[in-house]
Amino acid sequence: MANQDFPLIFEHSQESRTGFSLPEMDVPEVDLTDMFDESYIRETEADLPEVSELQIMRHYTALSTRNHGVDSGFYPLGSCTMKYNPKVNEDIARLTGFSHIHPYQAEETVQGALELMYDLQTILAEITGMHTVTLQPAAGAHGEWTGLMMIRAFHEANGDFGRTKVIVPDSAHGTNPASATVAGFEAVTVKSDDRGLVDLEDLKRVVGEDTAALMLTNPNTLGLFEEHILEMAEIIHDAGGKLYYDGANLNAILGYARPGDMGFDVVHLNLHKTFTGPHGGGGPGSGPVGVTEEFAAYLPKPVLIKRGEQFGFDYDRPKSIGRVKPYYGNFGINVRAYTYIRTMGAEGLKKVSEYAVLNANYMMRRLEKEYDLPFNQHCKHEFVLSGKSQKKLGVRTLDIAKRLLDFGYHPPTIYFPLNVEEALMVEPTETESKETLDAFVDAMIQISNEAKEDPEIVQEAPHTTVVSRMDETTAARKPVLRYNKDS
Amino acid sequence: MSLPKELSYSEEHEWVKVEGEKVRIGITDFAQSELGDIVFVELPEVGDELEADEPFGSVESVKTVSELYAPISGKVVEINEELEDSPEFVNESPYEKAWMVIVEPSDKSEMDELMTAEQYEEMITED
Repeated sequence: MANQDFPLIFEHSQESRTGFSLPEMDVPEVDLTDMFDESYIRETEADLPEVSELQIMRHYTALSTRNHGVDSGFYPLGSCTMKYNPKVNEDIARLTGFSHIHPYQAEETVQGALELMYDLQTILAEITGMHTVTLQPAAGAHGEWTGLMMIRAFHEANGDFGRTKVIVPDSAHGTNPASATVAGFEAVTVKSDDRGLVDLEDLKRVVGEDTAALMLTNPNTLGLFEEHILEMAEIIHDAGGKLYYDGANLNAILGYARPGDMGFDVVHLNLHKTFTGPHGGGGPGSGPVGVTEEFAAYLPKPVLIKRGEQFGFDYDRPKSIGRVKPYYGNFGINVRAYTYIRTMGAEGLKKVSEYAVLNANYMMRRLEKEYDLPFNQHCKHEFVLSGKSQKKLGVRTLDIAKRLLDFGYHPPTIYFPLNVEEALMVEPTETESKETLDAFVDAMIQISNEAKEDPEIVQEAPHTTVVSRMDETTAARKPVLRYNKDS
Repeated sequence: MSLPKELSYSEEHEWVKVEGEKVRIGITDFAQSELGDIVFVELPEVGDELEADEPFGSVESVKTVSELYAPISGKVVEINEELEDSPEFVNESPYEKAWMVIVEPSDKSEMDELMTAEQYEEMITED
C-alpha cells in the first residue's frame, strides 16, 4: 500500500534512474559461476530502488526529522536511562587515533587505544567493586548471557553439574529469564513482598542445591533499593549459588554503593545507559561484565592485559568460556563511556546519582496526587505508577502514553514491571531541568483530568502526530516484513 | 462479561469443562479482555504431562506475554492447532473456538479445588 505522505524509497523509483556512476571496467570480467556454486547465484535481478542521489538525501533527511531522541525532547523511558549524551564524547571518538585504526593492526601500533580500554576496565572494576572487567559483550543481554556462561563454567569446573536453575524476581527485566534460558538454565521466579522488594521467605523456599545463581537489579525495576541485599547474598551463597547483578539501574547508586560490596559475584553494565553511549537507535550498545577473582579464569578470551609498560591481548586462557564478540567489543562506545567518566570525575559521578534520585522523587511526589502509587516509599532513579484509577474511567495506560505524544514527550515504559497493574514506569535521569520535569508532570495531570472530564480525547490520542494509532494487532498477527512491488 | 455456569474456573483465569473422562481447558472472557488482542498462543504437545498450578504454555498479546497455568494435572490428549493461525479466536470466542487443550486428568479430586462461575465472578470483581 502506498503512503502518499511518506512514500517508501521503493516508491520513488523510476526505471533506469541512477544515483551513481561507476568507472570503466579495467579488469578482466569473471563469470560468477566460476567462483560460486550456482545455488548461491540469484537468477532474477534484485528489485532495488532506482533513484537519484538527491532523492535519497531528501528521503532519509525527511525520515530523520520524524524521529524523537534525547536531543529533541524529554524521554523518560523507565529502566532505559535516556540521559543526554555529551557531544564531547563524539569529538573524542572521532579522533583519528581511535577512528582510523583497525583491529588487525599490530598491538604495538595501537597502544593508545589499548591503554584506553585497559583504563576503562580498571575504572569500571573500581565503580562496581569487581576484580576484573571484560569489555567484549556488545550490549546488556549479551553481558547477562556472558556472565551466566561464566557461572555455568565455574560450577562445572567444581564438578557441580546439578545447578540448573537461575532465580529471578517477578519484577525482573524480561531479559533476565530469557538470558538464563538461552544459557541453558531454567528460570525460577521469586515473588516480591507487599513493599515491592524480594520476599525473603519465598527466596528461602526456592533456593536449593539446584540453584546456579540469583539475578537481580538493585535498585530493582520498581526503583526501590533491595535493602536486604546482604541477607539475600548470604542465603544464595550458603546454598552454593552465585549472585548476578544486572546493571540496568546502576545510574541510581554511582559512587554511593557498589555491587561487589553487596555480595555480587558477576556484574554487567550498560555503557549506553549509565555512561552516555548513544542509545535507542542512536548506536550500538556496550555491556561490559565484571567478576570477582574466582571467576577471572573464565572471562571471555582474549583478555586485555598489561605486560610491563605494554598493553596486549592474552589468548592463553584454557578455562575461558571463549570469545563472545568479534574483535574486542564495541570500541567506539567504550571510547565515549571513557570520555564521559573522565570528564565527570569521581565526584561528578556521585552527583549524577544524586540528581537522578532527586529528580525521580520530586516527580513521584507531584504525580502521586493524581495517579496511584503502588509502593509508597523513597524511590531511587525511577518510580512506577499505576493507571488503575484512570482505567476505571475507561482510559487505559496505553491511552495515557499515546496522549503524551501530543505534548511532545516520549512516553514512559508501560505495562512493565508485570507485577503492577496498568504500570507506568518513569525515569527522568539527572540531565533534565526542573522546568522540564514540571512541564511533564503538568501534562500528566492534565491527561488525568481529561480522563475524568473528556476521556475521548485521551482514548483517541495522539491527535498531532503524523500518524495516529498503528494497527499493532495486525502487525503482530500478520506481519509484512518486506516490500513487495505488486501488493 | 460472559461466565458460563457449567464451567469451573481457576484463580489463574482458566476455565475447565468436564467431558466424560476428559476435560477441556481455555482462558476466560475476563482474561482475554484484560490481555487485549492476542497475537500468539503457545501450547504444549500432545502427550505432555501437565502439573496443576504449573505453566503449560503462554499467550502473547500486543502488550504482554502471560503464562498459562494448568488448572488440573494430567496428560494432554489433544491441542487446538487452529490457534496457531487464528490467535484472534481467544478474543472472539474464548469458551468455544479458543479451547486450548484436552487433558486426561490424573487426579479428578483436583476439580474440587476449582471455583464455580459465581465464586470466580466474585474474585474478579473484588479489586
